[in-house]
Amino acid sequence: MSRDLRRMRGRVAIVGAGESDEHGKLPGKSAFALHAEAARNALADAGLKKDDVDAVFSAGLWMGSETAEYMGIRPRYVDGTQIGGCSFIAHVQHAMAAIDAGICDVALITHGESGASRVAMPGTRFGADSWRLQFEAPFGLAGPPTGYALAATRHMHEFGTTSEQLAEVAVSTRKWAMRNPRALMRDPLTVADVLASRVISWPFHLLDCCLVTDAGGAVVLTSAERAKELPKKPVYVLGTGEASTHVMVSQMPDFARWDAARMAGERAFAMAGIRHEDIDVAELYDAFTLVPIMALEALGFCKPGEGGAFVANGRTAPGGDFPMNTNGGGLSYTHSGMYGMFTLVEAVRQLRGECGERQVADCKIALCHGLGGMFSAAATLVAGTEVP
Amino acid sequence: MPEYSGPIPVPTPETRPFWDAARRHELSLQHCRTCGRYVYYPRAACPHCFGVDLAWERVSGRGTVHTFTVVQRGQKGFPLPTPYVIAIVELAEGPRLMTNLVGVEPDPAKIKIGMPVEVVFEDVSAEVALPRFRPA
Repeated sequence: MSRDLRRMRGRVAIVGAGESDEHGKLPGKSAFALHAEAARNALADAGLKKDDVDAVFSAGLWMGSETAEYMGIRPRYVDGTQIGGCSFIAHVQHAMAAIDAGICDVALITHGESGASRVAMPGTRFGADSWRLQFEAPFGLAGPPTGYALAATRHMHEFGTTSEQLAEVAVSTRKWAMRNPRALMRDPLTVADVLASRVISWPFHLLDCCLVTDAGGAVVLTSAERAKELPKKPVYVLGTGEASTHVMVSQMPDFARWDAARMAGERAFAMAGIRHEDIDVAELYDAFTLVPIMALEALGFCKPGEGGAFVANGRTAPGGDFPMNTNGGGLSYTHSGMYGMFTLVEAVRQLRGECGERQVADCKIALCHGLGGMFSAAATLVAGTEVP
Repeated sequence: MPEYSGPIPVPTPETRPFWDAARRHELSLQHCRTCGRYVYYPRAACPHCFGVDLAWERVSGRGTVHTFTVVQRGQKGFPLPTPYVIAIVELAEGPRLMTNLVGVEPDPAKIKIGMPVEVVFEDVSAEVALPRFRPA
C-alpha cells in the first residue's frame, strides 16, 4: 500500500445520489432518459446544477461523452471505463484520483440502462471473429446464468455449498425488499419457493437469478472541502480498489474463488485502514445468489468455502448481525444489467440515515462491492460519515 | 450438410491453425517454447511469459471435467436441444476450454467433476468442426 493512497482517504466525498424517477419495465423511456432522470435527481440531492459538473463518468464505449452530449454537459474530464456492472464503483476511484489531482471539481457518475425494454441501448454485439464467438458462443453459452452456473457447480464441488444456502441469500434479500416501498419484488419468499422455481441453468433456479429491469442511478462527487458547503451530510470515500482478471468465463483462473474481488477488497480495506467488523452495512452485487457468497469469502469476511455457512439462518436479513443488500438487491429491488450503481446509492442513503423502515441503526461505515463480467472484474468502496 | 443454426466461429490469423486442425478432427494447441506451457485460446504472445515463440502441436484430446452446468433455458437458435451440458474441460496438457459434453445424460447427478473425457468433433459447416467431449 503506497502512502499516497492512504493520503487520499477522506479527501473526496459523495455529495449527491439519485435514481431514475421510476424503474421496472419502462418501454417509454430510453437508456439515456434514465441517465438524465438519475443525474437530475442526484444533482438536486447534491444542491448542485448541471453547469457545476466538469467531469462525466459512465460505463461503455463512448458512454462518457454520449451521456454528456445528451445532458448538454461539456466535461473537461471524461471516463467511459467499462468493466461490467462494477464500473461505477471503479469510477468512484477514478473520480477520487482526478478530483484530488485537481483535474476536475465536480464528478457526475451516471448509469441508465433499458435492460428489460432495450430502448436506445448502446451496442453490445460481438463480431463472429471475436474470442467470445469463436471459443464460447459455439457451445451454447446462453448469457450470464450459464456462465455463473459454472462457478456455482465448482463452488459446490469444492466446498459443499448447497442449493439451500444459495436460496438463503434470495430469502434474506427479499426480507429487506419488503421494507423498501420502491422494491419491485416484495412478496414473502421461502427457501422452498426458491428451490421450487424452475431451473434456468443448473444449479441456478429462476429465483437464484436477479431481476432484469429498466433503471438509472447517479452519484456526484467533489472534494471534502467543497462538500462541507453543500446541504447534505458528506459521504467520504475512505477506501477504493478495483481489479480485473479475465473477461470470458472460460478464462476464469479459479472457478471457486473470485480473485478480482480479493484484489480489489484488500486494497480498499488497506486504504481505509479499517477492520471488517467496522463495516455497518454491506451492499454486495447480487446478480446471482452465489455472487455475495463468493464476495464474502474473497473480501475476507469468512474463509474460502465458508460463505454458504456465513449467510445461513438469516444472518444477512433484517435483524441479523450482518445487514447486507438493504435495498433488496439485484434479486428483489432492481437490476438494470449493471447493478453496481445501486450499491452506491443505497450506501449513501444508509449512511445519511434516509432509509426509513430498512434503516440500519447507527450506520457510519458502508461497504459497496461490485461485480463485472463473469467474475471477471471487481470494484470495492469503503465509505463513511467521518474520516477515521 | 444441413444448415447449422448455431454460431459458427470465424477464424482470425492467430486462431486459424486451431480451426484448420479442428476441421481435420485434430485438437491442436500452441506450445510456448520459452516457458513450456500450452496456450488456449490461441494468441500472438504467450499469456504466461509473453514470449512469442509459439509452436502448434497436436495434443491428446483427453482431459477431465473441471466444472459444468446443465442448461435448461438455452441460447436462441442453438441447435443442441435443451437440456444440454456446457462444461469446462481441463486438458491433459493444462489449459481449460469451454465445450459441450455429449454422449452423457444431461442430468447433474450423472456428471461428475473430474470424470475423464475425450474430444469428438462435429462438422457444423464445410470449414468448421467444433470440439465437443464425451466420456472416455
